[in-house]
Amino acid sequence: MPFTHRHLLGLEHVSSDDLIHLLDTATSFQEISEREIKKVPTLRGKTVVGLFYEASTRTRTSFEIAAKRMSADFVSLSASTSSATKGETLLDTARNLAAMRPDAIILRHGSSGAPHFLAAHLDCAIVNAGDGAHEHPTQALLDLLTIRERKGRLAELTVAIVGDILHSRVARSNVFALRTLGARVRLVGPPTLLAPELRDWGEVTSDLEEGVRDADVIMMLRLQLERQGKNFFPTVDEYSRYFCLTERAVARAKSDVIIMHPGPINRGVEIASDVADGPYSVIMDQVTNGIAVRMAVLYLLINRSRAEAEGATDSAAPVPAAEVEAAPTRLRRKAG
Amino acid sequence: MSGVVVIRGGTVIDPASGLHARRDVVVRDGRVTEVSDAVGADTLADATVIPAANCLVLPGLIDMHVHLREPGYEYRETIETGTRAAVAGGFTAVACMANTNPVNDNAAVTEYIRERAQAAGLARVYPIGAVSKQLKGEELAEIGEMRRAGIVAVSDDGMPIMNGGLMRRALEYTAMFGLPVIVHEEDRLIAAEGVMNEGAMSLRLGLKGMPAAAEEAMIARDLTLLERTGGRVHVAHVSTAGAVELIRAAKQRGLPVTAEGAPHHFTLTEAAVEGYNTAAKMNPPLRTQRDVEAVRRGVADGTIDAIASDHAPHHRDEKEVEFDRALNGVVGLETTLPLALRLADEAKIPLDTIVAAMTINPARILGLPLGTLAVGADADITVVDPTRGWTVRASGFRSKGRSTPFEGMEMRGQAVVTMVSGRIVWRADA
Repeated sequence: MPFTHRHLLGLEHVSSDDLIHLLDTATSFQEISEREIKKVPTLRGKTVVGLFYEASTRTRTSFEIAAKRMSADFVSLSASTSSATKGETLLDTARNLAAMRPDAIILRHGSSGAPHFLAAHLDCAIVNAGDGAHEHPTQALLDLLTIRERKGRLAELTVAIVGDILHSRVARSNVFALRTLGARVRLVGPPTLLAPELRDWGEVTSDLEEGVRDADVIMMLRLQLERQGKNFFPTVDEYSRYFCLTERAVARAKSDVIIMHPGPINRGVEIASDVADGPYSVIMDQVTNGIAVRMAVLYLLINRSRAEAEGATDSAAPVPAAEVEAAPTRLRRKAG
Repeated sequence: MSGVVVIRGGTVIDPASGLHARRDVVVRDGRVTEVSDAVGADTLADATVIPAANCLVLPGLIDMHVHLREPGYEYRETIETGTRAAVAGGFTAVACMANTNPVNDNAAVTEYIRERAQAAGLARVYPIGAVSKQLKGEELAEIGEMRRAGIVAVSDDGMPIMNGGLMRRALEYTAMFGLPVIVHEEDRLIAAEGVMNEGAMSLRLGLKGMPAAAEEAMIARDLTLLERTGGRVHVAHVSTAGAVELIRAAKQRGLPVTAEGAPHHFTLTEAAVEGYNTAAKMNPPLRTQRDVEAVRRGVADGTIDAIASDHAPHHRDEKEVEFDRALNGVVGLETTLPLALRLADEAKIPLDTIVAAMTINPARILGLPLGTLAVGADADITVVDPTRGWTVRASGFRSKGRSTPFEGMEMRGQAVVTMVSGRIVWRADA
């Protein structure tokens, strides 16, 4: 099945088939990271630029490792070292990068829609690595991959997402994709961090124990500590009294519940250490799966643009599309 | 142009005199001298005839809410380019907001604007003075001095007057001059840096929302103040159903309040923001279908007195950025007329009501001796071909502003001749 998206801007408009294709591709890449030589030549000669306007350790590292395991060249710029501080606009910065002919730009930006803006103005593939309070599609994909690994499916599962839903791009991407794949979503948080219209997305509650009751998956969100003092809640201490995931709350969920967190964790704020480190926690699996998911995203987007470019110039394609599609299988065979 | 001009065979709509009929309009020495169903042969003999069969002949349209950006922001618009856009859009008079640089908060700036408009020689320009010095919402500007220099209203448009005490004094003080206080109604603390309407759409897009309550709470405050202050309130760009309802109820109580609606608010919903379209970013923001319908009903029943564009040109570089960093505002002078005609058509509003909202009503609100084709009136006339089809292409605008949410939209209706004091200032290509 061809992957027809040019960019990965979000998961809201990605179909069930495409989501599964992304996850299957990621699954086929997982073993590369288990090898002694963790590198395949699939994206050799390709250039991936990471453009990070917000601090990010884990996402940037994960993309970098993913690109390098595929043999792509990876360059990363953060806002403090780029021209952003000199007042250059996002569009100018991105146009300059695009002029250096990268195959993909990975953008993390504090403004919702920033990757959409770049996609409208640039030719290369854009991967959203988190835009404002909008989406963080690769995070949700790695969450989905982790759930599917543990549960064998996504449809009909009950997934409770707990925390600052209103400002969370992780929550949005997960809600959109989980709904597309037939999971039931519960959204849990104080009313100040919810919104009336969330009822269109799933069940909404401000009672943590009620929210996680019989859940298959509990997904905790990181509490942005700077929300304190903006009247979303009085203090972090009071927040954690009501919304910190403790063993007691976990006991309300299904016995085989899995606990997820996109990191970095505020221990004792949104999740108790015992829970984060406990037997239900799959937080480290999420991190590991982030590599395979990002390999899959880069692979599908970059190869798609190559196939398109070759189609457009009508040249005798040295790598037929069919072979490109078959690449992951071939890699697996080679490994075996 | 001297001599006699006859605008012949058009449908004259002049709500001020209750006329809606096929008439010839005779213009002599800058004034309307005759409106009759058959102009005499002797008049026609030495007259310049403008054939207007199948056209509407309207009192010159008045846009009571535009930003001409001069002085200070000439890279966005000048009085010359703005009034060129005005006359191309059928407007013979505009009232321009005070948020220039320097702010129009003193008589010298008021005079400067009037001089520049005189030099441009296109549409009439009526300056609106600031309510507060520097639009800071702290101290009253010299409203009386500006009144002497020619302002027709006061407004801190763009900067809501958060200080209710200042608003009270402004209403009391302007009562002395009979000037309306034009209010941009937004409680900034409730709006909380929102960049679009708050609701299902802002939630999906992850954009900070401005709830309708931010607009409505401020209208409620000002209408409450108006119960005892004297003065007049004119609510700019009404965008929510609740706002329309508050104004309707206040009018029923007999309060001296008027209101205007903008074409984007009665035509488009927040859906236009999809894809983070900064050409659909303005303040107040595009709202929901329910709000659009309420604004339409407000125009239909007269709760909303005037149609005004809130023409707010920006430079491309100020709109071609991340959505939350883009400036608020879109241009409107060249699209308002066809959108008003479309409103009449779609909402089954009599053309007379729409024309009144663009002529005599804003003239009365601002105290202008305009807005009618009665004999003796200044010959400010807009001849409209209501069936002429065209496609919105911002690249062809006379305005320097290019940001419009209507790009590519098919329009019907265009000003074919715009006349100010008997002088033709705009004539569309045939």
